[in-house]
Amino acid sequence: MELVCPAGNYPSLKAAVDNGADAIFMGLNDDTNARHFAGLNFNTRTLEKAIDYAHRHNRKVFMAINTYPQQESWGRWKNAVDVAASLEVDALIMADISLHEYALQHHPEINRHLSVQGSATNVEALKFYVENFGIKRAVLPRVLSLKQVERLAEKSPMELEVFGFGSLCIMAEGRCHLSSYLTDESPNTCGACSPANAVRWEEKTENNATILETRLNGVLIDKFQPNETTGYPTLCKGRFKVQGHTFHSLEEPTSLNAMDLLPALDAADIKAIKIEGRQRSPAYVAKVTSVWRQAIDRFLRAKQNGTEDSYKADAQWSQTLAELSEGSQTTLGAFHRSWQ
Amino acid sequence: MKISLGPILYFWSKETLLECYQKVAESPVDIVYLGETVCSKRRSLDISDWLEIASMLQDAGKEVVISTLSLIEAESELSSVKRVINNGSFSVETNDFGAIQLAIENNVPFIAGHSVNLYNGHSVSLLANKGMKRWVMPVELSKDNLSAILKEREDTSSTISSTFETEIFSYGRLPLAYSARCFTARAFDTPKDQCQFKCIEFPEGIPLYSQEEQSLFQINGIQTQSHQTCNLLQEWTTMQAMGVDIMRVSISNIDELNIINQLHHLMSETNGANNTSEPIPLLNAEQCNGYWHGDTGIEWRA
Repeated sequence: MELVCPAGNYPSLKAAVDNGADAIFMGLNDDTNARHFAGLNFNTRTLEKAIDYAHRHNRKVFMAINTYPQQESWGRWKNAVDVAASLEVDALIMADISLHEYALQHHPEINRHLSVQGSATNVEALKFYVENFGIKRAVLPRVLSLKQVERLAEKSPMELEVFGFGSLCIMAEGRCHLSSYLTDESPNTCGACSPANAVRWEEKTENNATILETRLNGVLIDKFQPNETTGYPTLCKGRFKVQGHTFHSLEEPTSLNAMDLLPALDAADIKAIKIEGRQRSPAYVAKVTSVWRQAIDRFLRAKQNGTEDSYKADAQWSQTLAELSEGSQTTLGAFHRSWQ
Repeated sequence: MKISLGPILYFWSKETLLECYQKVAESPVDIVYLGETVCSKRRSLDISDWLEIASMLQDAGKEVVISTLSLIEAESELSSVKRVINNGSFSVETNDFGAIQLAIENNVPFIAGHSVNLYNGHSVSLLANKGMKRWVMPVELSKDNLSAILKEREDTSSTISSTFETEIFSYGRLPLAYSARCFTARAFDTPKDQCQFKCIEFPEGIPLYSQEEQSLFQINGIQTQSHQTCNLLQEWTTMQAMGVDIMRVSISNIDELNIINQLHHLMSETNGANNTSEPIPLLNAEQCNGYWHGDTGIEWRA
């Protein structure tokens, strides 16, 4: 079971490598990847240095080029593929079918992974990508229950990677335009959801209490009382009014944590666990990587001794992860049927 | 320019659907998309009922297309998609790459729906070379994006296949997102497994407002739509000049079929260009056209 960790800059990459990631995924500092945030990601020079550090420590590097190029700027995505190929990354993570075709034709020697943004949730979709582009691995969207993941893995024509920890997309990835409906940036076109440049935090006095309002392009996403934990206004995690009730109508601010499912995921032959969070700090990457390394190692040791049923995530690990999570809450997400 | 009616996106009763398609048969619409695209639990009609409606519409001179689910997770859902693909009589609208794979495998010509991520001409062309006869542009793309794609096609040296038709989602609430979670069930604090088919009580979905009463989205089971109705009807001459083949109307209630009459009337005028200044009356006061103009989707540019 491979541990795939995020890096938004060189210190994060180093933190991931030093704390036991098997592979690190990263992107260029433009809109060719799904974490296009100001001050984040790599230019060609820092990329070269990062890849060198990872390879010297025998770790793999995956390049996310996973937004959807538009006609006018297709060449920039093509260049990103060429740059990644010239630096000998270990895999390209892509969603757009024309990019997959380009990579297959021009850099067939480099592994191609289907990004979660490709939104493949069934075996026929996986077959489409294998038969047409020889894709080696798919990252599954966070909409499938554990049962569905298990059934899919039984028939999958390629390796599967699932998300183990981090921010939770409530919508099928690659199938959500909510962000571009309220701001002019979306994950598919710009690699951004609820972009920071559209966010406003405002303090107001209401009933003699200071409340904090969060807005996205002027639209009120949430309102926090003094005793409430505030959160970034990701628009699907706001409190809205439906049928006269104000509540988290789409999703609570919470993070995915699938650490307890390691045995089940391994039994289903899931090849890799992905940690979300290229936008997070090096300290965050270090902590999460270290905890997951310990969990996977403990599980693999138990498996070697034939005692994998006795595997249990350490309470301390779960505590560490909860503290790093949105709203200090974690969930099994769609893995657990009741969440759906 | 042809007019199409998109699949009904809400959960309507059998009676309502039958009444609706009787009226559709008498309307000037050219192409009708039938079937369930949102939730596999909505079964007021089964595949044989749909095929019956399809035959009735075909007899009335309509081109009929059967649409498939947008988010295919369970194997039972994949099986129902297979039944649609292999219906033997009508072309299919595929809304997921799994459905596309099945269509290609079975040599069934297909139409790629707007939830298939085709953001550039290379991708459109790639599918056209595999049997796609038409694509519906993703709703968040703009007139300029489309123009770049279609211009590239005109260039004969280009590798972009020229055999496909282009359809634009031109009227209706925009389908914006799909989830494993059912937001209608969530609004009633009930698990998705025991949803009690609540959607049937909301034939136009459930509006979602900000805490300041600003209307934003429309909850429709696992689908989230724009609350505002997208209205590009007045753009029809622009679209025609660009090489768009079909304008899609997506209705929220049977009365909205009137939009088809109005659009048809507008197009039938000998010199349509002079008519673009006459706004088409709308049944829904809140409208948007931001995506088409390259803006935020919710915007309305008069």
